[in-house]
Amino acid sequence: MAIEVRIPTILRNLTDGEKAVQGKGATLGELFTDLEARHPGLSDRLVEGPGLRRFVNVYLNDEDVRFLGGLDTPVTDGDTVTVLPAVAGGAG
Amino acid sequence: MLRIERAIYDLIVAHARRDHPDEACGVVAGPAGSDRPVRFIEMLNAERSPTFYRFDSMEQFQVWKEMDDRDEEPVVIYHSHTATEAYPSRTDLSYASEPNAHYVLVSTRDPEKAEFRSYRIVDGEITEEPVEII
Repeated sequence: MAIEVRIPTILRNLTDGEKAVQGKGATLGELFTDLEARHPGLSDRLVEGPGLRRFVNVYLNDEDVRFLGGLDTPVTDGDTVTVLPAVAGGAG
Repeated sequence: MLRIERAIYDLIVAHARRDHPDEACGVVAGPAGSDRPVRFIEMLNAERSPTFYRFDSMEQFQVWKEMDDRDEEPVVIYHSHTATEAYPSRTDLSYASEPNAHYVLVSTRDPEKAEFRSYRIVDGEITEEPVEII
């Protein structure tokens, strides 16, 4: 068993076109570090400094990890993590 | 080129008018790979702002999941500018994250006549495209 991570279209150039990849770790941060070993560059698109990038949404199963523990959120085998770029913009 | 049904065009403009002076935003989904925007989905602007929009993250999750289950994709992503022209701002450019989508902008600055324009935004480059109403 592993943790499935669903990858949005815009990041699939980093996963050889795969819609979902598998990883492991005790926390979301560890999971991203694990993925980075096989998909170099992915972590940089998700993480900035000590936290998640502001305009990337990450969900653990059905919840936004911002309302859980961010990168410290515990994850376990069988979980599904979904990454979606925030849809945002405006006249500014 | 964006080909869009009159009924959906009207729903987008009506949403933009209703939320004015705040920016309105939403999606029109269609079968994956079809380039046909057929299912209109009005989204909340979590920012409730006249100069910024952002989809509510949980609503986006539900809607994206539903599209995935139905083998759809976001064919159109629309939002309004309420005091400026219907042209992508620097903010729009920096957050554009769906290279396959038509980015529709509606300006409601003129109370009589809405501007409705469509763009592709890929790798930080904006290309305007014609809109055909069918």
